[in-house]
Parts: sequence; structure tokens; C-alpha cells
Amino acid sequence: MAFNFKEVMNKPERLAPGHRMCAGCGATIAVRTVLRALKPEDKAVIGNATGCLEVSSFMYPYTAWEDSYIHNTFENAGATLSGVETAYHALKKRGRLSENYKFITFGGDGGTYDIGLQSLSGAMERNHDLVYVCYDNEAYMNTGIQRSSATPMYADTTTTPVGSHSNGKMQNRKDLAAIIANHNIPYVAQSTLIGTMKDLYEKSEKAIYTPGAAFLNVMAPCPRGWRYDTPDIMNICKLAVETCYWPLFEVVEGKWILNYEPKKKLPIEDFLKTQGRFKHLFKPENEQLLVQYQEEVDRRWEELLFKCSR
Amino acid sequence: MSQATDITKINEQSPYYDITPGNQIYGGGGSRRFNTGEWRTQTPVIDWDKCTQCLLCTPVCPDSSIPVSNGRREDFDYDHCKGCGICEKVCSFGAITMKEGM
Amino acid sequence: MSIRERMSGNEAVAHAIKQINPDVMPAFPITPSTEIPQMVSSFIANGEIDTEFIPVESEHSSMSATMGANAAGARALTATSSCGLAYMWELLYVAASDRLPVVLALVNRALTGPININCDHSDSMGARDAGWIQIYAENNQEAYDNFIQAFRIAEHPDVRLPLMACQDGFITSHAVENIELIEDDKVKEFVGEYKPENYLLNPDMPMAVGPYANSPFYMETKMNQRLAMENAKKVILEVAEEFEKMSGRKYGFFEEYKLDDADYAIVIIGSAAGTTKDAVDELREQGIKAGLLKIRVFRPFPGEAIANALKNVKAIAIMDRAESFSACGGPIGSELKAALFDLRITSTVVNYFYGIGGRDYTVAEAKAVYQDLINYVSGTADVENFKYIGLRK
Repeated sequence: MAFNFKEVMNKPERLAPGHRMCAGCGATIAVRTVLRALKPEDKAVIGNATGCLEVSSFMYPYTAWEDSYIHNTFENAGATLSGVETAYHALKKRGRLSENYKFITFGGDGGTYDIGLQSLSGAMERNHDLVYVCYDNEAYMNTGIQRSSATPMYADTTTTPVGSHSNGKMQNRKDLAAIIANHNIPYVAQSTLIGTMKDLYEKSEKAIYTPGAAFLNVMAPCPRGWRYDTPDIMNICKLAVETCYWPLFEVVEGKWILNYEPKKKLPIEDFLKTQGRFKHLFKPENEQLLVQYQEEVDRRWEELLFKCSR
Repeated sequence: MSQATDITKINEQSPYYDITPGNQIYGGGGSRRFNTGEWRTQTPVIDWDKCTQCLLCTPVCPDSSIPVSNGRREDFDYDHCKGCGICEKVCSFGAITMKEGM
Repeated sequence: MSIRERMSGNEAVAHAIKQINPDVMPAFPITPSTEIPQMVSSFIANGEIDTEFIPVESEHSSMSATMGANAAGARALTATSSCGLAYMWELLYVAASDRLPVVLALVNRALTGPININCDHSDSMGARDAGWIQIYAENNQEAYDNFIQAFRIAEHPDVRLPLMACQDGFITSHAVENIELIEDDKVKEFVGEYKPENYLLNPDMPMAVGPYANSPFYMETKMNQRLAMENAKKVILEVAEEFEKMSGRKYGFFEEYKLDDADYAIVIIGSAAGTTKDAVDELREQGIKAGLLKIRVFRPFPGEAIANALKNVKAIAIMDRAESFSACGGPIGSELKAALFDLRITSTVVNYFYGIGGRDYTVAEAKAVYQDLINYVSGTADVENFKYIGLRK
């Protein structure tokens, strides 16, 4: 189905306002788009790992979710929704339910890349008919910007602070989309917030309506953790894609597909300089770190191109 | 044991017997009753003469505060808009201006 | 007519699950409870039941998925032991707070440190403050009977709490004994269908579960859990009464064995009650007024009722199959002493530790405990507050 922006925006809102996420939060922009991909006639159960999104969207007695919603703990969103999805099949089989339900669970990079990885891996491997959406803001933001395995190299976080003996996080970020793709599930995609959200919307639609397990990795900037002015979010996401820092791709039934290739790949500095967490990299003495950064981005981009060319 | 069925009556003064079992909440979207508009230090204002109804501002709002109806955007939901200014920045027509204060 | 069979405790619980045919069972293997999910998987594979089994990757996920399934509107259960329960720890509190009436078949085993696959109660006793109902079985028959009653208690609208049905690892779970089974249709009718008022998959009303609820609501939430636990006392007895009408077997909070006129009493939980009963019989033949109180329901703790049942006893041995490392007694010892104090019962009380990590507990040792009590009362030995049975010195 062709993407009709006006029609898409006309669909009912499934994340109500009044949640307590920070002004300018990238996570709720992502969530709104994912939920909009549900057919209005379909019901859904939403799962959520502990994190900013959870503590801000369901503060007793206020829920921002129009659909049924379950938060269990930080590390078990995958398993919890496995149980919900299985209950759905049990109730349908036994004639106690006739409506159609879809299952979507959200987790930050903390709940997904790190503490919840086992639970996610189990849910994916068992191929439950659900979508796990990671809103990746590249650090533990809910507890105050601590590094995660999704935090990029050299980012200044509160557990990898830049100092006279430190240039921030010293390790590369984990490639979670590839890890999940290697579970050989029907659908994996990486996306972020771009323009009309066509990319994220269409991937969400495929993820939700492809039978079996699906995983979406969505870069969702955090203005406080990344240190930029809230209005800049869309520009930052665009630069992440144009520098090939955050490529847009899908893995459909094991086939890697590149969704966008910049006509002219921008230097990584263009992305890094938009954010205070990388400010130290632009000191004259850190010139070599930028060279190294570019090499790593290039290496990973080439690897992705190779995967997508097969 | 009496249990409140009307969740809109639950508040920080509610006695224990009015708290729902397991803190479960029945019915969706109740956060609308909570006014996050008070957080604003800047307020977006739309110039309808400049607005082309391109709708590019609508999906980027983190607070679902640019309602769309019949394919057209309506005025801001000032009860909930937190004044982040993303909409102003994505508007190609200069139709949205951030004004200081509420 | 009931059916006479021979079964292990694990087989008995698996048979109860087959008769209940629950909606969803996630599970992960751990000795000595592994046989339960294995048997359930076979029942499903052979088309005997149509429960949805989720072969999860850990106990953490088995409890998580059980909770998710239950919140969604399904009757859900899992089984585990020892470290499996420990791995679920965080979730135990959430299940109770969310008021999800899931059932856990717990086969008691020592917690690792060092690794030990044999029975003690350190797993469930460690979880005693998690907000779960805990019911313990002495033998295979009780493991089966308790399981049939479990969902009725947990799911009762006045209760809605998770329930742990415990049996002793290997001693009960693997030993084959005679058992009386109830006919399938009677069990089905007794347990009934799970019809929650609110659930995630209710198309008429969405539900949100598991909020952030800070200090303005947290204490009230805990109070409601406590009240549910109070309500469970009444419901446990009602369900037991109904169960007795169906099966002829009587259950309460605890069982009194020759306790009416007893001067010396042992208070114990689980399979070791059987061993102790043999000691009581032998002592009674010698004219010694020995008696036993076997606790069946530890959560909610029927402290007042137990204390009342012991009020005329001269000396009491409270037997713990778990350390609490308070250096001041075990879990049952501490709680029962508090209950005795509330009724101003000042009999001699000694807290024993026995069977830790599967250490044998024999009839001779049980008799020696009674002899200790006799010596304390007669003044021929100084009272010790805490003692170990079978510890090498």
C-alpha cells in the first residue's frame, strides 16, 4: 500500500498527551509513529520495559496508552509479552475471544541491548507474533545518562565522563539489529525519525503485520543526554543517516536490504558536532580521535553494504 | 472491601480501599486529565495565513499536541504542549513561531 | 469413585495440571521440578490437553511470561525449584503487587552456595515476604490435593494473589507412593473456569498494569495486599471445606497429630512431618505425651490459631528446614515465637534446624528432640534456644 501521509496522519492517536516525558523527547515521537501503523480496527496490547517511557506514560492513576498496556520489570519486556501473546492464542483456540489483537513492546536501549537482552532473545527465538521496538537513545537516560552498550564511542556520559584522563566511552557500540537478525526471525529493521516518518511508519506496518517475531531498532535522540537544543532533533536524525552513522535497513526473511544510500556521504563530524556529548572531540588535540571515528563508521558501513549486496 | 470503579476519582488523598487492586487502570488515555501545558516556557503560535496544511509538524510532536481532523491540523493542544519547539523548526513556511512564556 | 494409583509427587502435580488443563504454562527445567514441565509437554504432545506451553530460556522468563499470560486473561502457571525461584525473585513481588493469581508448583530445594540439589526450604522461606500465598504438602497426596485447590484460592475475587504450592524435593517429588486421584470431571467442575473481571485482552475495556506509583500510593497498595492476605485465610478454609465434600479429605491451616493432650510438641512443615509422626507413635506407646503440629499454610501465617493449639503444651520444638542467618532463629521459629508471645504463652521453646541441604532426618532424631524437651521441662538439662540436628561436631 502506497504511503499517503495525510491519510496516515488522519488515523486516531493511540498515545494520549499528558504523559511526563521531557519536552522534545524522541521516544514518544517514535512511539506515536509505530502505533499509528496499527489498523484502527485492530486492538493491541502494548508492553514496556522499565525506563523513561514507562515511568512517564503510566504514572498511577494516569495512563497515556489508549490500548491495553503491561509493564512488568526492566529486564523482561520480551518474556512478558510472550506470555500475553500466548494467552491470546490460548483464548482464541478455546473460543473465549474473537477480536484481533496485535502485540508491540517498547524498551529503551538499557532494557533492550543490556539488561533485557536475554528475555528479548528468547522471545525472538521462539518467534512469538509480536514486535519489539527499541527506542535507542544511546544511554540509560532514566537514571541520568549512564553509558549502555548502545552508547557510541567517546560519548560523554555520567559513567564515562570526559576528564583529564578520559575521552568518554572507550568502546564501540553493540550492533543489536545484526544480533537480532541472526535469530533468523521474519523481520528486522533499523529506522529513525525522518521527515514524514514514512520510513519508520512503513517498517512498523511490516513489523506488526508480518506473522512471527519482528524487531525494530529506532534511534530516538534524547535532548538532555545528548545535549542539544530540543528543536534540533529532526536535523540530528537526518545527519545520523546522511553520515551513515545510523543507516536505514531491513532484514526480511534473512535478506539484508539497504533502504537509503546518501548521494554524498557526509563526514561523521557533521553528526557529532550537533551534540554536547561529543564536544571534547573537537579540541585540537583530539583530531586523531575523529579520524579513528570516521574509520569505524566507514568500516561498519562497508560491512552493511556487503551484507546488502548479497 | 469497597473498590473505586471510577478511576477519575482516584487521587493522592484517596484512602487505601479506593485504590484499584494491583494499581490496575481500566480504560485508556487517562493522562489527558493531567495538564503538562504548565511546563511550557515557550509557546508555539500558528499563523493560519501561512500554514499550508502540509502536516509536517504533526508527526514530530512528542506530546500528541497537534491534533489532526479530516486531514487538517487544528490549533495546538495548549493543555499538553510542553513548548519544545520541534514543530517550529520543521515548518518550511514560517507558520509557527515560538513566543516567550505560557 | 476415586481412583487408586501409585505416583511420585511430581507425577501427582502433573496429573493435577492435566486435569485442570490450564491455558498457558511457561517453564524452564531445574532439578528436582523438571519432570513437571516434561510431563505436561508430553500430555500436550499426545493431545491429552491443549494447554499452550512456552519453553522459555530461563526461570526469570517463565515467571514473566506466566504473569503476562495471566494479566492477559489466561489461567497460567509454572514450576520451579531453588535457584529458579531465586532468579524469579524480583518478579515474585511484582506478581503479588499486580494482584496476578498465578500458581507456582514449587519443588523445594536448597539454594546454591554451594550447589546442592537436595531438599530444604531455603528457597520458599526466602520468598516468604514476597506477598505470595504458600501452602506446603507432607506427601504426594497432599501435593495433589493442594494443587487442585490452588487456583480456587488464588483467583477468588477477595484474594487475587499468587500462590506457591510447595512439596519437598526428591523426598516427595520423586518418591512413589499410593495416591487417591479424583475423577477428571469432578476436578474440572471444582476448579471451574477462570473469569477475571478485568484483563488485557478484554475487548470492551482496555487495562493498564504495572504503573509507576510513588509514595502517595505505594503504602495504600501494600495495605490492600495485606487485606487480600487476610481474606485468603477465610477463602483457604472455604475451599478446603468444599474439597472435603468432594474428596473426603480434610484440610486446614495446619494438622494436629495427637496434640490434644500433648505435653511435648514438634512444629514442622513438609515431608518430615511423616517421620515425626512415627516418633510420636513410638513415644505414645511408651506413655510419653508427644504430639505434632504440621503447618500447611505458612502464608498467610495463621499465628494466632497455631499458638492457641499449642497453649497447653509444656515444651515446643519449632523445626526449621532453612536458615535465616539472623543468628536469632529460623523463619518459622521467629514467627511462631512472636505469635506465642502475643498470646502470652511462655512454654519452653527451642528452635531446631534440620534437613538443611538434604541432611537426613530420622525417627531416632525426632525422638531425641522429644527427649530434649522432656529434659528441659524436668530441669535435667539447660534450655538451648537453637539447636542443629545431624550436624557433625
